[in-house]
Amino acid sequence: MIVQGIAFYVFAALLVASGVMVISARNPVHSVLYLVLAFFQAAGLCVLLGAEFIAMILVIVYVGAVAVLFLFVVMMLDINFRELRAGALQYLPIGGLIGLILLAELAAVLGGWIIAPAAEKAASAPVAAMSGATNTEQLGQLIYTHYVYLFQASGLVLLIAMIGAIVLTLRQREGVRKQNIGSQLARRREDVVAIRKVPTGEGV
Amino acid sequence: MAEFWSGFLLPLIIIVLKILAIVVPLLVAVAFMTYAERKIMGAMQLRQGPNIVGPFGLLQPFADGLKLFAKEQILPVGANRFVFYLAPMLTFFLALVAWAVIPFDYGMVLADINVGILYLFAISSLGVYGIVMAGWASNSRYAFLGALRSAAQMVSYEVSMGLVIISVLLCVGSLNLTKIVEAQETIWFAIPLLPMFVIFFISALAETNRSPFDLPEGESELVAGFMVEYSSAPFALFFLGEYANMILMSAMTSILFLGGWLPPLPFAPFTWIPGPIWFALKIAFCLFVYVWVRATMPRYRYDQLMRLGWKVFLPFSLLWVVLTAGVLVTFGWLPK
Repeated sequence: MIVQGIAFYVFAALLVASGVMVISARNPVHSVLYLVLAFFQAAGLCVLLGAEFIAMILVIVYVGAVAVLFLFVVMMLDINFRELRAGALQYLPIGGLIGLILLAELAAVLGGWIIAPAAEKAASAPVAAMSGATNTEQLGQLIYTHYVYLFQASGLVLLIAMIGAIVLTLRQREGVRKQNIGSQLARRREDVVAIRKVPTGEGV
Repeated sequence: MAEFWSGFLLPLIIIVLKILAIVVPLLVAVAFMTYAERKIMGAMQLRQGPNIVGPFGLLQPFADGLKLFAKEQILPVGANRFVFYLAPMLTFFLALVAWAVIPFDYGMVLADINVGILYLFAISSLGVYGIVMAGWASNSRYAFLGALRSAAQMVSYEVSMGLVIISVLLCVGSLNLTKIVEAQETIWFAIPLLPMFVIFFISALAETNRSPFDLPEGESELVAGFMVEYSSAPFALFFLGEYANMILMSAMTSILFLGGWLPPLPFAPFTWIPGPIWFALKIAFCLFVYVWVRATMPRYRYDQLMRLGWKVFLPFSLLWVVLTAGVLVTFGWLPK
């Protein structure tokens, strides 16, 4: 039990610290690397909660794919960070406001549980309690059996977003020579090779 | 005090000993993998390969290692010192830490976790960070180009690898590596899922930056790609990490498709040989094919690499996942 407690505080402290470093690091590449560290700590917390599937998916999706693309873009950008940082303070009021709203909402949720303990039960009621089944099976039951329509709907929203992104960025460029592997493979020897007997002193 | 000893210190010592029992043979295997690669390639190209240091050149990898560690460490001007040294350490660390979940025989595993295959997939998808960090921190054009190529390549091939893993998981009904091996008692998945086996193997080549997908290193165009600025011990760490990753990918191939520690046929002369030896033989077979491919194939062009990943492997493996699920449901073969 004590080891778990220590692990929780280590993960939580590192998570908060790396979160602070994400917005305060001078170099944006360092910021992204701190973000990766933050994802890792969050995955560690998920493992401590017993949500091992979520933890692994967090690492695979966010660390293994999303943050790699972040890093990719940030490394290629050539920005003057002094200039960028100069106007950062003018966003402080709106950022602070958003933070305050989030904090108030969290407090409302937690406070609601304390004031009315029945609310927590209502929130967790649709979750079928399965003892003994692994994490993955429970999630699968929940998503693909109980909430399959909502799941499909969210999938459709993502699909539309993806098509939209492709349509927005797609442009036809003129004069680009692309390799057409089909036509290359369809070439036959007779079409491209001609064997000629060349008599001496006359040329082709 | 006695409680502290039996409840905390003793398990800790046992775990450390278990880790050493995995890591030390692994590092020896890495050393002899470099030797085997040079010998096999030598034989395929009608050369001798290393044959001076020790009997049959067997001590060559140790001589090479000693040479590397005795060299001067060079930090390029304008390099980011912290990230520059962090990158090789990360590569090496990730190559070792993945072995925690690999089962060598029934119950012979350091951590038998429920989501073992996801853990392996997560760790192997992190490998790109070592390369990208190395390329960026070196402050060199060649290294940076290599790193960018590697990032795009690894993200692309992970997608088809994920789908291949899903089609195996459909046949198993569990994410636990031990259960995946046990599900192959009647037949190895390499036979019913043969196309997936081929795709997984090729994707593993791309994931480990091996020839014919060694564009991040591409010595004929990028000198040595992301590790062009590295020397001495950091270079050795990259080298060890890459070879350990190859062995890891071969182990993953054996577990997913070649029946892990199971003997090829379940009767007498085959069952006399213990499981870990079968497992090692299968890994060695996969590694031999890696070297064989390297000695045979020319390097892919970059756009062809991307085309293969996104336009060939991804649609095909998606189709195969649907097909596998359909067949399993139709014939009622779904695992409980």
